Amino acid sequence: MTDTLTEPVAVTPMPASRPTSRTAFLPLIGIAVLAILLLVVAPSALSSFRLNNLGKYCCYAIAAVGIGLAWGRGGMLVLGQGLFFGLGAYAMGMHLKLEAAGPDAVPDFMMNFGSGVLPAWWEPFRSGPFTIVAIVVVPAVVAAVLGFAVFKRRIKGAYFAILSQALTVAFAALLVSQIKYTGGQTGLNSLSTFFGYNLYDPVNKQMVYFIAAGLLIAMLLVTFQLYRSRFGELLIATRDAEERVRFLGHDPANIKVVAFVIAAIMASIGGAMFVPLAGLINPREVSALASIMLIAGVALGGRASLLGPAIGALVVGYGRTSLSEAFPDQWTYFLGALFIIVILLIPNGLTSVIPRIWQAIRRRQQTETTGAQA
Amino acid sequence: MDVVISQLFTGASYGAALLVIALGLSLTFGQMGVINMAHGEFLMAGAYTAYLTQQIVTNADFSIIVAIPLAFVVAGLLGLLLEVLVISRMYHRALDTLLVTFGVSLVLQQLAKDVFGAQAKAVQAPGWLDGQIPILGYRYPLSQLFILVVAISCLVGTAALLKYTGFGRQIRATVQNRDLAETVGVSTRSIDRLTFFLGSGLAGVAGVAVTLITATESTMGSEYIIWAFLVVVAGGIGQIKGAVIAAFGLGIIRAFLTYFTDGSMAVVLTFLLIVVFLQIRPQGLFAVRTRSLA
Repeated sequence: MTDTLTEPVAVTPMPASRPTSRTAFLPLIGIAVLAILLLVVAPSALSSFRLNNLGKYCCYAIAAVGIGLAWGRGGMLVLGQGLFFGLGAYAMGMHLKLEAAGPDAVPDFMMNFGSGVLPAWWEPFRSGPFTIVAIVVVPAVVAAVLGFAVFKRRIKGAYFAILSQALTVAFAALLVSQIKYTGGQTGLNSLSTFFGYNLYDPVNKQMVYFIAAGLLIAMLLVTFQLYRSRFGELLIATRDAEERVRFLGHDPANIKVVAFVIAAIMASIGGAMFVPLAGLINPREVSALASIMLIAGVALGGRASLLGPAIGALVVGYGRTSLSEAFPDQWTYFLGALFIIVILLIPNGLTSVIPRIWQAIRRRQQTETTGAQA
Repeated sequence: MDVVISQLFTGASYGAALLVIALGLSLTFGQMGVINMAHGEFLMAGAYTAYLTQQIVTNADFSIIVAIPLAFVVAGLLGLLLEVLVISRMYHRALDTLLVTFGVSLVLQQLAKDVFGAQAKAVQAPGWLDGQIPILGYRYPLSQLFILVVAISCLVGTAALLKYTGFGRQIRATVQNRDLAETVGVSTRSIDRLTFFLGSGLAGVAGVAVTLITATESTMGSEYIIWAFLVVVAGGIGQIKGAVIAAFGLGIIRAFLTYFTDGSMAVVLTFLLIVVFLQIRPQGLFAVRTRSLA
């Protein structure tokens, strides 16, 4: 008799409840507009210095897309994405540092602070393909282990946020202290080449920008597809009613881990591309404050939307540069005020404001026309 | 053996400072589910109050005695202000309070930097804390003992308040079941405000105490806040006895790891220990038993 309970119930596929109307593809238009702006307009309109800066913001935006996935759609406040940004950045930095040192040579800081012998775990990063694989695999493994440990035990909300921030703080402290292996506070600098291409050549510099901007667009397309998939719907369901998802027979932990791993990989890719654009990487880019800056961008743009996090990160990156140029000492006020105002007043970000304004205008137009008719 | 005892006492003093900060956090976190990242800046406000008090009451022997109640009031009022202006508007978005209060903490840090300068300020320790007291062959600095005494006073005071006064009973009722407390006539709104005042005030007291072991500067709060949160997380939300064990445990574990490895490695290892610990007890050392699923 018990068999009837466990017997698989024939599930007739539900008619697609997702919006299949034309609004479902609106984000694609947004991505296309962004792609044109970043890949066509910006390179011709901006000086090479500004373009390089925009490239850095694109790297933040890549990480921000991942945060949007984990936090906006998954409800996991990932306060410590600096950890994964840093893992990718240091993997890339190590490769470029070895490249700058030349074959069989040892990076300069190791001569100054270390034994002058390359540690065994640095050795594989001489290989370009290995580095690229490591940029994806290392953060994925770290995030998967951490995610399973945390989510399987149903640690969530503030606990998870504090824990992830604590790990980032620990990672940054480790980078500073292990000066023999990481270059300490100065980090890895004077990186002059990128997979054999000289970074002082403006043409190569522009190529690096195109790779970063292109990766941002690619990540947006991947995320667009994820949001349309069953996984995307399960993720939202987990965010909104985790217990119900569990009662329906899914394991919310698995769903969360997958989102967390994807977010980690994106942060790592952003970090990796940041290095050739900035020409250096140091622990400040990994710190708790750097992680919070990423969150600020996502909150500003709109955490649950597809394009919001990316746009928000670009705006915050630009704002940070221009405000810290204009007010070198006071720009922290702006960042603080941004958090207070955005979270308090527009919790769904700027992208949620535009449709509301649009609706308000249309409503006014409608009342005007009906008023005129009457 | 000497090493064991000296690290034990160093860890205990650090843990004592953490305990006072965590007590306040635990109160507000436990009662309102509010994660107040600006709590560390209330600690900083307390430390700067101690510094300012010393500018007026120049005799270092007295100024610390004056500074403790003063810092309690200053930090408490800051907390009250934050509660009324910001946090009361977003009770149903607990996770978002973390980000808003992070913004507040950035602003307060920058404000302190602009007002007091980027240079760390030294608060002179009173003369009667200069000496050392021999315990088990270890010469325990009186200043560290003082922190321990302050922490235990705060602990006993808070515990007594919660247990024996009407206000404490109302706090406990609100923590256990907010709706039910309201139906029997507890004004949870004013209880929330008072709790926030009390919790923030405790951070101020901790601020005065830590001037004895660290320099007073604008970023001092962010260093303590994460540790204090980990104490709350490991001890169990809203649990005073959990906070006590977790604070001293973390302080002592960190002191020993620092001795055997180095400062930053100790931080990493302690954090990893907490992750492992939460595997065994995800609710922390002690948990409020409820029937809710979440």
